[in-house]
Amino acid sequence: MYKGRSGMWSWLLHRVTGLGILLFLLIHIVDVSLLGFGPAVYDEGIAIFDQVIVRLLSLALVAAVLFHGFNGVRIMVIDFWKRGVAYQALMFVVALVISVVGFLPFAYFILQPVIPFLQTHATSLIR
Amino acid sequence: MIRIATGYGKKPSVGGFETFSWYFFRVSGVVLIFMVIIHLIVMHVTTDVACTTYQFVSLRYDNPLWRLYDWVLLTLALLHGMNGLRIVIDDYVHTRGARLALLSTTGVLTMAFFMLGTITLITFPYALNPASLGAACLH
Repeated sequence: MYKGRSGMWSWLLHRVTGLGILLFLLIHIVDVSLLGFGPAVYDEGIAIFDQVIVRLLSLALVAAVLFHGFNGVRIMVIDFWKRGVAYQALMFVVALVISVVGFLPFAYFILQPVIPFLQTHATSLIR
Repeated sequence: MIRIATGYGKKPSVGGFETFSWYFFRVSGVVLIFMVIIHLIVMHVTTDVACTTYQFVSLRYDNPLWRLYDWVLLTLALLHGMNGLRIVIDDYVHTRGARLALLSTTGVLTMAFFMLGTITLITFPYALNPASLGAACLH
């Protein structure tokens, strides 16, 4: 299962997304701690999250979280269901597909405020 | 005492810290799937990120259950992630000196970030004066 095929790629992606999420988490704990300095400092600090590039990075984070979670479920199915291993490649594809499908609504909501094309189709829940 | 791997010697197959770690990943992982996705929805979908200002946080944190939710999320995510980092270090670092340095750094960082997050959540003041909360949205 593991040499150069779906098993290896899923393991690698799981590890890469995990480390990426962890790195974000450490930065996030620090930026939320700015709350201790009051509204002026905190609002200035989070203004960076409004920038388009950071919105795109947030989107990458959402994709990483979704894949890492769904692949984790796949791992648990392999671990706890005796016939799980037979479906590992199929589950990898399913995990990828669900990640992409789940990612699309987030992409809409996160990019909508900054992309004019999406704004004209304003059926959003925000505000 | 709890049995922790030395990185060398005979390998027992049951019990010990590694078995707990194995179960911890799966249990915390399932809980985290729900908690993280809800967190992402609250922060990015139901509110645009430009409106997640100090005022937004203050209104959420007026309810101590949101503080508890965020604290549980912090604890589980940090432990899940740092435990993963520990395993990645175990996979690639084999010399005793480097293992000691990196694993102890991981442990110290875990405690430091946990304390920072906990202190932030506990010391955030309840909003006694609504006018002092700053803007609702950044623009």
